Amino acid sequence: MSAALPAASFGGAIDFIFGKQESNVTGGRKVGGLEQALELTLKQLEVTLLALALALVVALPLGLWLGHRGRGELLAVGIGNAGRAIPELALIALVAALIGVGMVTVTPALAVLGVPPILTNAFVGVRQVDRAVVDAARGIGMSELEIVRKVELPLAVPTVMGGVRSAAIAIVATATIAPLAGVVTLGDYIINASIYGEDGRLAGAILVALLALALEGALALVQRLLTSDGLRLQTP
Amino acid sequence: MIAPAAIALAGAVDEGFFRDRSSDTLACEARPDEVFCFGWARENIDRFLTPTLEHLEMVVASVAAGFVVAFALALLAHRRGWLRPPLLAATGVLYTIPSLALFFLLLPLTGLGRTTAIVVLAAYTLQIIYRNTIIGLANVPAATKDAARGMGYTERQVLWRVELPLALPEIVAGLRVATVSTVALATLAVFVGAGGLGTQIYGGGNLTFPTSVLIAAAIVILMALVLEAALLLAQRRLTPWRRARAS
Amino acid sequence: MGTDMRGGRALLAALAVLALALGLAACGGGDDETDTEATAGGGAAIASNPDNADVTLTIGSKNFPEQEVLGEIYAQALQAAGYKVKTALNLGSETVALKALKTGEISGYPEYASTALTSFFGLEPEAVPADAQGAWEKANAEFEKEGLTAFEPTPFASANAVGTTAELAREHDLETVSDLDGVSEQLTLYGSPECRQRIDCLAGLEKLYGLKFKSFTPVDIGLRYTVLEKGQADLSILFTTDPQLAAEKDRFVILEDDKEVFPAGNVIFVTTQKVAEEAGPDFERTIEQVQEGLTLKVMQELDARVELERQTPKEAAAAYLRSAGYVK
Repeated sequence: MSAALPAASFGGAIDFIFGKQESNVTGGRKVGGLEQALELTLKQLEVTLLALALALVVALPLGLWLGHRGRGELLAVGIGNAGRAIPELALIALVAALIGVGMVTVTPALAVLGVPPILTNAFVGVRQVDRAVVDAARGIGMSELEIVRKVELPLAVPTVMGGVRSAAIAIVATATIAPLAGVVTLGDYIINASIYGEDGRLAGAILVALLALALEGALALVQRLLTSDGLRLQTP
Repeated sequence: MIAPAAIALAGAVDEGFFRDRSSDTLACEARPDEVFCFGWARENIDRFLTPTLEHLEMVVASVAAGFVVAFALALLAHRRGWLRPPLLAATGVLYTIPSLALFFLLLPLTGLGRTTAIVVLAAYTLQIIYRNTIIGLANVPAATKDAARGMGYTERQVLWRVELPLALPEIVAGLRVATVSTVALATLAVFVGAGGLGTQIYGGGNLTFPTSVLIAAAIVILMALVLEAALLLAQRRLTPWRRARAS
Repeated sequence: MGTDMRGGRALLAALAVLALALGLAACGGGDDETDTEATAGGGAAIASNPDNADVTLTIGSKNFPEQEVLGEIYAQALQAAGYKVKTALNLGSETVALKALKTGEISGYPEYASTALTSFFGLEPEAVPADAQGAWEKANAEFEKEGLTAFEPTPFASANAVGTTAELAREHDLETVSDLDGVSEQLTLYGSPECRQRIDCLAGLEKLYGLKFKSFTPVDIGLRYTVLEKGQADLSILFTTDPQLAAEKDRFVILEDDKEVFPAGNVIFVTTQKVAEEAGPDFERTIEQVQEGLTLKVMQELDARVELERQTPKEAAAAYLRSAGYVK
């Protein structure tokens, strides 16, 4: 890690975001500015949302079904635990060196990190639904699929969304180091600070933090909208 | 008086210096598609010793620091319910911000090195430990607390002799999750010059050398498993009454 | 009782495995037995001068293999000459390195004369002198104005280059970089993250050659051949000292730099006049002595050891110094 960059300041970082500056590496190309910051932000958002969607498609139905049937607890919970132990830096490095660089390989890699929390929380969320309610639903003639869709899922929303939000946090954090695999996100400002300078690096850190918080806020809102009124009154 | 250094003759390496590297004699580590080179691993495993120890040190320090802070906050919020939402939000913010960003937000204050890494890693553990402690304490049956009070326990004694022991499984569960996450996350400490196994993944050209990355990742996962098992065992030891029930 | 015992045994087993692994790591491996080199070559051994013992030098370098090996060579040689030596082989770019030098964080570092001229002193790439002496003299003249100084150049020179696979070169009939005109819009280019900014890289290709590429993807320089081999990259920025070019002669092709946008640079060790004075004559003498064996072939061999065989720069440097007879 280069140690000789001059001290950063928050003022300098703000300047970097809003105005183009001379690069640390000469060549006449300016760095920074709103346009570039926006481009990197959108790229990070793009890869994050795509990976999240992919993880949802893979993990949500599986988790809900396993939870509904009461099977595969070891798998669902085990994968959740195992997923936490995966070092994201190693994952990105391996994907870049062995499979390839670019969106096509990075997006599934990020999705892999999002699957464990979604799977576990979908499973646990459904398991926690009161069996009496499920039996009642069966009693009035609902099909198994209808039970999952209309009874278990709505009641499991807080837990499931908790998993989705965890997944989003893991994915957006790894998307920050995606530049190592050729997908140029805001992390470029941080990882390649020799080009952007310490002000640029601090600017990158600020923007990444804001993006992650905004994403969490948005998902919290989604959770609020999806949670039925009855549930909302219950949960602490 | 400065003694003159030896006069130089035109230096030349001996003929044995050059190795033959035509395509068919390229060693495993030289071929880009090789996933794992056992020969290189055997010969160079000693490179991983210091990083592993640095890594372990960082993890223990971070989780310990995070625990102390989160536990204190939880005790505070246990008595003063109004503190719970803001503390949950604050610890939540620290959990949401990607560690790499947090490293460099803190850098102007704490500089490069282990301190920054430990502070950030500890911050990441706050939410899970805090939340689990609060939930664990909240789940203690009121009847049990009343019984203790009836026996003459002061509020303090109720906390330390009744509530906390009963909340222990929940607290340790939070500690376990925090520890596993921290072991994986500590690989990023290389970006602030704090050493650790991340140096064998990102530093010195290792980024494009799968063998080194895989060994480092394997050590990380093994460390996480061992620490988790250790905490699980500690939990079992500390709650002997739970073993009486079939679980 | 039963579950607790099982958990305990499992934990002991896991701890045993971890201990075994760490134990193997501590005892096993080792790099002493790698080179059974033949008798030492033609260099004279560096003599340790006790007068140098109170001078501490910090040798810096940029953070890619060739630079790190050079830094280690200089550091170990100076150590053999009796200096106290520290290393800082992680400087991000030449601007960072120069700042570190000026603020006294490092005592000196190896720079490419061409990079110094184009990056520090604003010379147009075509104006960089083609011969090592000329480039060094020009750079040194500029350095001296700033209180710095540069020692004599190494025998080898290195340059960026636009490379591709032999098949692609045949397919599009490419021999020089200018041949890319009209074709480059369909081709993808991969290079280091810094390449986007550099006049001796993408910026130069766009400005001075007038080329536009289908896309530019920044990747770690360690992947510059991998992306070609995997077919992901049509073109990739390579270095003329790359061992891969020598090892797989017929697979990769470098396009000739006909407009001289990628000047070759010999390495010149840059330091401040103050440090050079305080360190005594052995500083310059040792550095110029130890780099005499660094021909292109030797540098390629050293690059190969670090990049291909994944040795540490320290090991590769030590092997060179021993083989050339500078250090016993």
